[in-house]
Amino acid sequence: MAAMDPARREQDLAAIAMLREPVRRELYDHVAAQEGEVSRDQAAAAVGVRRGLAAFHLDKLVEAGLLEASFGRQGRRGGPGAGRPAKLYRRAAAEVSATLPPRTYQTAALLLAETVEQAGADPELYAAASRSGEAAGLQAAAGGSRPTVERLLAARGYQPYREGALLRLRNCPFADLAAQFPALICGMNLAMVQGLVAGLGDAAGAAAMDPAPGRCCVAVDDRRREH
Amino acid sequence: MAEPTPHHLAQVNVALLRAPLDGPELAGFVALLEPINALADRSPGFVWRLQTEDGDATAVRPFDDDRMLVNLTVWESLEALRDFVYASRHLDAMRRRREWFHRLAIPYLALWWVPPGTVPTVAEAKRRLELVQRQGPGPDAFTLREPSPPPGPPHDANELGNSTRLA
Repeated sequence: MAAMDPARREQDLAAIAMLREPVRRELYDHVAAQEGEVSRDQAAAAVGVRRGLAAFHLDKLVEAGLLEASFGRQGRRGGPGAGRPAKLYRRAAAEVSATLPPRTYQTAALLLAETVEQAGADPELYAAASRSGEAAGLQAAAGGSRPTVERLLAARGYQPYREGALLRLRNCPFADLAAQFPALICGMNLAMVQGLVAGLGDAAGAAAMDPAPGRCCVAVDDRRREH
Repeated sequence: MAEPTPHHLAQVNVALLRAPLDGPELAGFVALLEPINALADRSPGFVWRLQTEDGDATAVRPFDDDRMLVNLTVWESLEALRDFVYASRHLDAMRRRREWFHRLAIPYLALWWVPPGTVPTVAEAKRRLELVQRQGPGPDAFTLREPSPPPGPPHDANELGNSTRLA
């Protein structure tokens, strides 16, 4: 949750400011989107920079608290020739946020969610979420650049990735709220993604709930798009 | 410091039907009973659930209002219960709760710790639920949002409040 503590705010602003550097930001986006840990070599190759430069930026991101580092051998290879353990990076668990001037929408969101839950107004929330998603999908479809579900979800911060035929979502944009009101918020999220897909056009795919620990509760089957 | 004694977690929740179970309104819920119960049975950390010979507990109506269903289960840990409730296909059923069940103005779920091997009774479950309804969550009956740590060894039960973080 967004902290009002000044030291924390200072840190959060500094972390966000670090992402102004384009290479650093690309490296962050790459690591944050991966399921497992990423080595310096992998990150450098993905972004197209030298290993030394990647290492420099990755360590800056660790200092800022945006990434976490560990030493290890990425699963498989052991034994002779495996070499020293590599420094591996993954997205930090902590949230970084800053609003200027200070706003605490999180507090408002929690109060609203609690009220909706107590009032049993889940269906009304889902309907509103569906309308909002559909409007965004329609707007994107009307933009003419033939947007895919994958790109739209990425733009909304879901960090989509492929698993077989399914588009899964690494990040829950409502994580804190969803942890407190799982049925309500995951239901809202599903309705919004379903609306988004519907707005894009019926060939865009089908969203369903398929939760597991450590990922967003929604998955999209968008195979039809590729035909 | 001594290791905390192992405990299992008993869980009860109730739900007030909007319509009879054999009617069209509840068809979606009834269709999910078997697959979701089967999912529970094979979930990591699942220990026991109340069921009649139908394989579910929908025939158990222990309240004055016989539209009230009861669900009574035992799990190895809070995390095991949470993973099933919120991070499995059970969540998909849960998000649809208002299609099938009335909103209850009072708490509808209670948790309590039991020694492994305990099979909780419906009467006990009702008592624990009433406890949460009457005085809110506490060590004898609590909720998923405000859990209470499992009791420690008998001698220093009160000093182990912070020793029970489950990984």
